[in-house]
Amino acid sequence: MSQSYDRGIVESFGRWREFSAGMWAWIFHKLTGWILVGYLFTHIAVLSTAIEPGTIAAAGDGEFYTSTLQGLEELLIVRFLEVGLLAVAVFHIMNGIRLLFVDLGIGLTSQDKSFYASLVLTGAITVASIPTFLAGVL
Amino acid sequence: MSTKIEEKPETETEADEQTSPGEQRRELKRERAAEREQQIQEELSEAEETVGIKVFRFDPEVADKEEPRFDSFTVPFFRGMSVLDALVYARDTYDSSLTFRHSCRQAVCGSDALFINGRQRLACKTQVSDLEWPIRIEPLPHQDVVKDLVVDMEHFYEQMHAVEPFFDPDETPDGELEEQRQTPENREKVKLSTRCIWCGACMSSCNIAAGDNEYLGPAAINKAYRFAMDEREGEDRKQERLRIVEQEHGVWRCQTQFSCTEVCPKDIPLTEHIQELKREAVKSNLKFW
Repeated sequence: MSQSYDRGIVESFGRWREFSAGMWAWIFHKLTGWILVGYLFTHIAVLSTAIEPGTIAAAGDGEFYTSTLQGLEELLIVRFLEVGLLAVAVFHIMNGIRLLFVDLGIGLTSQDKSFYASLVLTGAITVASIPTFLAGVL
Repeated sequence: MSTKIEEKPETETEADEQTSPGEQRRELKRERAAEREQQIQEELSEAEETVGIKVFRFDPEVADKEEPRFDSFTVPFFRGMSVLDALVYARDTYDSSLTFRHSCRQAVCGSDALFINGRQRLACKTQVSDLEWPIRIEPLPHQDVVKDLVVDMEHFYEQMHAVEPFFDPDETPDGELEEQRQTPENREKVKLSTRCIWCGACMSSCNIAAGDNEYLGPAAINKAYRFAMDEREGEDRKQERLRIVEQEHGVWRCQTQFSCTEVCPKDIPLTEHIQELKREAVKSNLKFW
């Protein structure tokens, strides 16, 4: 009994092919959550540096801000990132609603179906948003 | 070998004339082994189908098995064969040192929860025909392996006992032999939670329990649910049990991955029970007066 072979924790994620719906939902929820937190800080950083140096935001005429934003929006990569951001946010919202029901104890037997539904909805909304987000650059 | 033979020449003088009893026994054993060998060959060739199983082997006390490895066995398949049947055949036929726990063979004792084809299942309840062949059989993940398919269940049992799984009613009936009655509705409510057979499949599937050794785990929380939701339970004990369950490493560790509910061989809605205890915990702590 003194010696035993511990296979460690790493193998659990090495088995990702065998994960079930609930596990994927958890992983995606964590991932999208962290991406949204990352985006929030990037967002604050971009907006707070998009004012003319030496002025306070309210005093300027906002031209510097407008040109910065327009410059960013001209980049194709930014447009694609925006589509990705929407997908991430929509999934997080949908799965968040799913988790709300799980916490309330409603429909726990169809939790896998609600996960697939949130994936499908995310996909549909993302596809539908592409014309809006990519207008003008392509 | 020779010392053993000369130990009892006085008692068995007759045998001495031909061969020693030890020799005779060994001779018989060789014959039986040869016979068995032939029988196996016959069984294998007679069987319409054979199934391959790959079994995890590890034994820290045997030099050959110190490094974990997989052994392959070929087993004749029959209709209705369970994974446990295949393991028993492999042990009785090929390698008597193949070690695994089993007892009742009907999904009641909970001894043979194994990691079969990448999922926690009861070997006795899992049909060979339902699986992809060859079948890969490993000990339960996230528990220390003692030998081959046997894992150390001590930690699991500790967690089960940590929730004080016993009745402590406030009042008992007056009559000496009178039962403590329960309404049929209340019985229905706790019915599924009483089915737990302590097999440990849920705990092994839970990746929160894998990362947090102090987490009570689904089985223990289900055990707490079983008593907390029973109307016969005393109020003080119920509150105490809720306090245990609502600690940092109690219900709040659960992140609703549903892994435990998926693997439970008795189909206990574990996540649902954990969620209900979470709500109970919130209710008992939220006071607006």
